[in-house]
Amino acid sequence: MMTGVEGYMYPNEITLYWSVLIVLYPYITGLVAGAFILASLERVFRVDAVKPTYRLALLTALAFLVVAPLPLQLHLGHPERSYEMYFTPHRTSAMAMFGFVYLWYLMAVLTVEIWLDYRRDIVVMSQSSTGLKRWIYRVLTLGSSNISERALAIDERVGWLITLVGIPSAFLLHGYVGFIFGSIKANPWWSSPLMPVVFIFSAMVSGIAAVMLLYMLIMRLRREKIDMLCVDTIARYLFYMFIIDFSLEMLDLIHRIYEADESFRTLNFMVHTKLYFSQIVLQIFVGTLTPILLLALTQVLKFPEIVRKRMYSVAGCLTLIGIFAMRWNVVIGGQLFSKSFLGYTTYKMALATREGLLMSIALTLLPLFILWVLVKLLPPWPERVQGAFPAETPTQ
Amino acid sequence: MNITRRQMLILLPAAAVAWESVLAGTPESSPNYKMTEHWWSMLIDISKCIGCGNCVRACQAENDIPDGFFRTWVERYHVTDWNLENPEVISPDGGKEGFPSVTEDQNGKYFFVPKLCNHCADSPCTQVCPVGATFISPDGVVLVDQKYCLGCAYCVQACPYGCRYIHPQKKVADKCTLCYHRITKGLTTACCEACPTGARQLADLKNPKDPIHEFLRTHNVQILKPQMATGAKVFYNDLDGSVR
Repeated sequence: MMTGVEGYMYPNEITLYWSVLIVLYPYITGLVAGAFILASLERVFRVDAVKPTYRLALLTALAFLVVAPLPLQLHLGHPERSYEMYFTPHRTSAMAMFGFVYLWYLMAVLTVEIWLDYRRDIVVMSQSSTGLKRWIYRVLTLGSSNISERALAIDERVGWLITLVGIPSAFLLHGYVGFIFGSIKANPWWSSPLMPVVFIFSAMVSGIAAVMLLYMLIMRLRREKIDMLCVDTIARYLFYMFIIDFSLEMLDLIHRIYEADESFRTLNFMVHTKLYFSQIVLQIFVGTLTPILLLALTQVLKFPEIVRKRMYSVAGCLTLIGIFAMRWNVVIGGQLFSKSFLGYTTYKMALATREGLLMSIALTLLPLFILWVLVKLLPPWPERVQGAFPAETPTQ
Repeated sequence: MNITRRQMLILLPAAAVAWESVLAGTPESSPNYKMTEHWWSMLIDISKCIGCGNCVRACQAENDIPDGFFRTWVERYHVTDWNLENPEVISPDGGKEGFPSVTEDQNGKYFFVPKLCNHCADSPCTQVCPVGATFISPDGVVLVDQKYCLGCAYCVQACPYGCRYIHPQKKVADKCTLCYHRITKGLTTACCEACPTGARQLADLKNPKDPIHEFLRTHNVQILKPQMATGAKVFYNDLDGSVR
């Protein structure tokens, strides 16, 4: 008997090919999609209370989106050939089409929206700053320094349109990731038309939680007052999204249990053994039920501000852990059992290899570093913009 | 037709990209071999397989397969009484060195099932390959262009039969080629040639004189996992319902 193998695996199945990096990839794109949807709440749906997080959400989405392809790239056997996905895409492949969805989202939606939103600030800063910064901002103006009222009104209108296009694009971006898994008929753990929908809602949950936490953390670091109306509103949307997400996941689970098809006994055994900690404990109890309960309490009872902040922080952190566990259970769980339904293998994560633990930690921290640079370059706080034009609205 | 310099600058890279797309997935050609005249498949007669592992060894010698990975392997099923859903299956080192002997007190039935790529006509692995490095040739063989494969392993996930792996040194997808380098020269596959009982037979479904047609008409033949609707072309005679 080989180590880590129970029962019978087809001999080529013993090695598991999609590692923790492939867990990270849907996690990161989920944060992108979720953060963008939060930003669009203010822009399209006119939820003014979340305005203080609008720019931060966009920058967070960009920081994570830039990193999103890296885990894929590092995972490939031949990363130097990855450009072929763009030059000779295979039209029947969900993965090939995803490359274009990614590019569309990055180039046509997110960067354009951020640029339009910051254009006025960029022009002002290209005139008021000095040295290297001046040059950076001058390049970022893309040669357009017209910030007349009419020009800004056009910016606003186009930005609104792009956000409108951006919402289905964000759904497409992450729904597509779900489709990559959900369309594999060979794998009963993945194969489900609900997969893209579950991915979209879990993405919104994780993205909203991440921006809420980042906002509270940054405000604390800047020693500024947290806008409680904003955080309360975000928490309320997080709660709603979580309820939908959890209902969908439970629907999937109940459907599987009741239908109990040929794969059920194998998958059921896996959930109660190899996935017990990551699925039952981390994903369902710690990462879903606990934050839902905490958020529900804040909706029903009146807590003082300091308690609400603590509750939101705990709920947000647990949410991020829970969604990561969900991605882990989908990606790794889908490879732990044999397609013969007769056995199980084990995933052994390496430490300091290309697809190891250290690399995945580095890839998780990298977007935060990029976000730090972006926030320095394009401050999401209006009052910090120095220059000839004072900010219109102070931070609440 | 007048083409301006500007149009030429657009057309040339487009033509290069299109040409690369045409070239991708062209199987190796062999003189006098016409791909369109064949549609390859394999017939496996379970009742004839003795589990000697000759086919696995022949495949590994012919195709330089890395240790621990298999383009073909042999499984031994042990089914007791009525419980078809829980067979006991083993395949020690892919059945390369045969199987442990069965003592007389172990009841139930034992049989061997050789496995290999099913060269599906509607193969899920081909469908998902992001660059078309995996393709089905006009003569019905699912192949991998290893100079083109990214090594993303999506095809490994998509194969319902566990026939694919990522080559640990080449870092690309690898699988049974139905000994394409042999069959295009009029030879049979290494596994079929090495089988001492004739349990494995290469068959050409487009050749009306191939004995497979008579065999398929007169025997109870099954493919693996028919519910997957992959158009599998490896036909099994005498296949037990417990095999998956």
